[in-house]
Formats: sequence, structure tokens, C-alpha cells
Amino acid sequence: MRYHLEFADLWPYWPQFLAGAVTTIEFTFVATVLGLVLGIVGAIARRSGTAWVRVAAGGYVELVRNTPFLIQIFFLYFGLASAGPRLPVLAAAALGQIEAAEALGLSTFQIYRDIILRPALERVYPSLTSQFTLMMLQSSITSQISAEELTGAANVIQSITFRSMEAYLVVGLLYLLLTLLLKSGFWALGQVLFPRRRRLGTAL
Amino acid sequence: MGGLSLNYFLYLLQGMGWTVALTLLAFALGGLAGFLVMLARISPVPAVSRATAAYVQVIQGIPVLVILFIVYFGLGILEIDVPPLVAAGLSLTAYTSAFLGEIWRGAVEAVPRTQMEAAECLALTRWQALRDVILPQAVRIATPPTVGFLVQVLKSTSLASVVGFVELTRAAQVINNSTFQPFLIFGTAGLMYFVLCYPLSLWSRTLERRLNVGRR
Amino acid sequence: MSAVVRLRDVHKSYGAVEVLKGVSFEVASGEVVAVIGRSGSGKSTALRCINRLERIQSGMIEVCGRRVDDAALDLRALRQEVGIVFQSYNLFPHLTIEQNITLAPRRVKRMAQREARELAAEMLAKVGLSEKIDAYPEQLSGGQQQRVAIARSLAMSPRVMLFDEVTSALDPHLTGEVLRVMEALAKGGMTMIVVTHEMGFARRAANRVIFMHMGRVWETGPSSILSNPQTPELKDFMANEL
Repeated sequence: MRYHLEFADLWPYWPQFLAGAVTTIEFTFVATVLGLVLGIVGAIARRSGTAWVRVAAGGYVELVRNTPFLIQIFFLYFGLASAGPRLPVLAAAALGQIEAAEALGLSTFQIYRDIILRPALERVYPSLTSQFTLMMLQSSITSQISAEELTGAANVIQSITFRSMEAYLVVGLLYLLLTLLLKSGFWALGQVLFPRRRRLGTAL
Repeated sequence: MGGLSLNYFLYLLQGMGWTVALTLLAFALGGLAGFLVMLARISPVPAVSRATAAYVQVIQGIPVLVILFIVYFGLGILEIDVPPLVAAGLSLTAYTSAFLGEIWRGAVEAVPRTQMEAAECLALTRWQALRDVILPQAVRIATPPTVGFLVQVLKSTSLASVVGFVELTRAAQVINNSTFQPFLIFGTAGLMYFVLCYPLSLWSRTLERRLNVGRR
Repeated sequence: MSAVVRLRDVHKSYGAVEVLKGVSFEVASGEVVAVIGRSGSGKSTALRCINRLERIQSGMIEVCGRRVDDAALDLRALRQEVGIVFQSYNLFPHLTIEQNITLAPRRVKRMAQREARELAAEMLAKVGLSEKIDAYPEQLSGGQQQRVAIARSLAMSPRVMLFDEVTSALDPHLTGEVLRVMEALAKGGMTMIVVTHEMGFARRAANRVIFMHMGRVWETGPSSILSNPQTPELKDFMANEL
């Protein structure tokens, strides 16, 4: 039984922590983009003229929104594993993130044209940033299907070193740093992409 | 390859019961804590407001799963022998307190500044103004997102399975480990979550619509 | 007659912009003072400094013998003596008219429920809205809401009443009912400082007019200065008002 925390034991594993962090960022990025694309498709389908398409798309979105992410990835991962070829963990995770584009509330009209145009992108940019962050935090759940991202790294390392508390505290700190990095990165990008905002200092 | 036997279904239902229990526990305790967080955030004392803001940033910047692990192993270190329910309850309470605190702070700040001015110009103290003028108006604004967040809490209880608490997700895992019918088992569990969450989501949206119509 | 409100060389800035550049004036007990000027002249700001809705950087403000600029001021005591009515009425939408009026007397003065209701009825009679006692603000017109706002302030028995452009947000045909209430108040001997664009009111009810321009008291005198402006700026202002 420990009476004090011993972080030194974790030091040799810093490459694994780093690799986990990098994987987390990769996951987040791919999942957000995939989720965005699927979400746009879904949003278009929801405004389709054909009734069953609308209902199906709407039903799918509601299903995804009202079930836990963990259940979704268990369903896909274990289900597809038993049914046939191994689906990459990433794709399984991304499929569940349709909420991304839906949450951005893009209208069909905007989707078709304006997503390329800057003014509309500027409007959804803040929610894009927060969605990215949320996705990154959600990605930790994929550790439960053995994805080698940051939380997964902690799981592995603590099972070797028996420094559980220390490992998760370190990982918690790393997530905070990643969140900060992400927010600053997006802010800086926003300043570059949207000179109007930079000059006036106000949101649309 | 059979279907889902009655026994298994009942086991899932039992898990669902624990899901609801954990949700209510976390929401009640987290709501209480969240109210304090909100009060601290709107405090005119900068140190209080900033310290609480830091707390919120930390909780919101770490995945719930990691918070859960920290609490679970932390309690282990302190040699406090608690059932997984307590670890899960504590973690979700912290999670809920941060998010509800921010939601409610937003609601309070959405009440026009002029209402506070008018109340204070009638010689009411800040607390009296909050209690009689600001908070009643903030409650209306806060209700839709609060109900919406209840859905998030409910879904987050699935993570309690990771520390061995037998709620719905854990129950599904246990059954799947003996029957190996993931689509059926997790699909059923998913539908049970859906039955719990969807009405709440709908209600939240109705409340939001009504609020926007009623607003001037 | 002693001075109830006294401002001396008041300076106030918002960040780098100075909006009050040395404002001085006095208001005696029972006096009705109309404060006029262009938007941006600082008239509303000066008014809001009197009950410390705004803080000043330098100068002296004394109200009912209290130094408003003193950090140790008992703000609640001050605000029981100084009532204010805002341009946007700021009634409490979730409370009935009666509750709007009785809230402060009950909380601050610990008045009993029944006594407070009688007080509310009395105040509403003064502004001519007795029948609306159980209504909600949203059911009233702008002019009615503003009159309730006046009643709400009066219920605390203030010694001074401040009016911040109280008719500016109203449709023209509703301003009359509010101005009539204010004129009755003036006749009743209330000390009033009224920031306004209503020259008619200034002529009829004000003992004195203060014309503010660019953060200073530019010209002051009896309401006759409105017909006989001495300074070119006031001449200009009056010409544009007509």
C-alpha cells in the first residue's frame, strides 16, 4: 500500500505517453472530419424530399445521440469482430460521431455552398473548436476496445508499474495540456483565417 | 444461436435500474455542488471566481473516464474500501457539478444586467436580488440545457462499467461474455438507453422551443 | 432650502474616454431640475453617478448629507433615499405588479404582507393604475409599465427621484400619461432630477434647467433659458429640437 505518490517510476515510459497523445490527436482529427462528412450527408438526407430517407436519417441521428458512446463502440467492435473482418477501431469510433455536424447546425443551403466560403465557416468556427475538444475527450473511451491512445497508454503503463494513481494523474494533466494546445491552436488559426475578426475583435 | 432469454433480459433490466439510480445520484449531488459552483463563479471576489473557474476548466478538460480512474485508484491509495458505485458516483458528481455550474452561470448572466441594477437601486442586497429577481428568471432559461445535460449524465454512467459497477453496460458485457452475441446484447442495451434518453432529449427541445417563443 | 444633491467638479471616464469633465451643480429640496443635452453630452452618466450606478474618478458628490464618492458609503441606505426610474422600466417580469412594488418594502423595510399590499394600492392610485394590481408587466403597455416603475420607486419613500429619459422608449401617444404623473409628483414637492428630451415638460414643471454639453454644465437657469438661450451651443440645440 502506498503512502506517497511515486512519479519517478513513470519516467522511463514517456515515449509511450507521447505516442498515446499523438494517437489521440490523430483519432480526434480523423473522427471529426469523418463525423463532419457523415453529418453533412445526414443533414442533407434529413431535408430530402423522400419521406423514408428523412425518417431513416433522422432516426439514425437520434439513435446515435441517445445511446452511450461505449455501447456504440462495443456494438460495432465486438459485433463486427464476430461477424467477419476486423474493423479498424478508428472507423468504429468515427461512425458514432455523427453528432458532430448535426451539432453545428448547418443548413442544407449552407452545406452545399457556403462551407467553402469563409463567412459561414467563421460563424460555425467556435462550435467547430468546441466539438473538436469534445471529440478528443470522448476518444479516451476507445481505450476500452484496446485503442492505443492516451488513456490506453495509462492503462498499460499502470498495469506494468502498479503506479495507477500517478499514471492517470499524468494522463489527466496531458489531456489538459492537449485541450489548451487545441484551443490556442484553433484560436491562432482563426486569427489567420478570419482577418475581419482579427481587426475588429468581435464575433459575427 | 438463440434469442435473448428472459433471464438475460431481466438481468439487463436490473442493470438499467442501477443506471437510473446512479444517474439520479450524480445529478442530485452534482446539482447541489453545481449550484455552489455557479454562486462562486458569479462572486464579486476575484479569487473565488477564478479558483472555481480553474476547477471547472480542469474537470471539463479531462475525459470522464480518466476522472473515474483517478478517483477509483485514489480511493484505493487512501485505503478506503468502497464499492464501485461510490467511485463512480463521486466522479460523475464532480463532472456534473462543473457542467451544470457553467450552464447555470450562463443562465444567470443571460438575465439582463438591468434587472440587477433595478433591484439594487431599490436597496435590495445582492443576495436578495439574486434570490427574488435573478434566480427565478434564470431558472426558466436554465431548464432546457439542464434537462439536455441529464441525457449526458445518463450516457456517462456507462463508464461506471469500467470499474466494475453493474449498471446496464456492465450487465450487457457480462451476458455477452457467455453468449457471444454482441449485436443482440449490445443492441438491446443500446435500445434500453434510447428508451431512457430519447424522451428527455425531446422534452429538452420542447422546453427550448417554448422558451424562444415566450421570449421578448 | 438646503441642497439635497451636490456635485462638485465631477470627473468620470470610461477607460481612456472622459465623459464628465468637471460637472458641478446643486439641487435644493423640493426643486425640479430638468437636465437636457445631446446624446453623448454626459447627462445620463451624471445622473447615474448620483446613486452610484457609476463610479467617479475625482470630484465630490453629496446626496442627503452622504458622500457618494466615499468608498465606505452605506449604499443601501443611500438607495432608500434616492429612487431612480429607467428608460427601459426594468420591471420584474416574473412578478405581478403588486409584487414588483412590494418586494423592496418587504425585504428592505421588513414590511408585513398586508401593509405592503395597502402601500402598493396607494402608490398605484397615485399613478392611476389601481386596477392593474394583480396583472403581470407583459400585460401592460409601455406607458403603464413606466408608471408602475415610478410607483415602485415611490413605495420606498425616497427623498430624491432620478428620471433617466423615461419617455424616450415610449410611443409618442403614451408619453403623456407618464409626464402627467411626473408633473403631479413635482407639484407634490418631490425633489426631482429629470434627464429628458421633453421640452414641454421642462417648461411646465421644471424650476431649473441644466444644459449639458461635452461633459460639462454648459448653461443653467430657469426654464426661460429654453426660449432665450445665452450660449450658441444651447441655441443650436434648441433649434434642432423644434
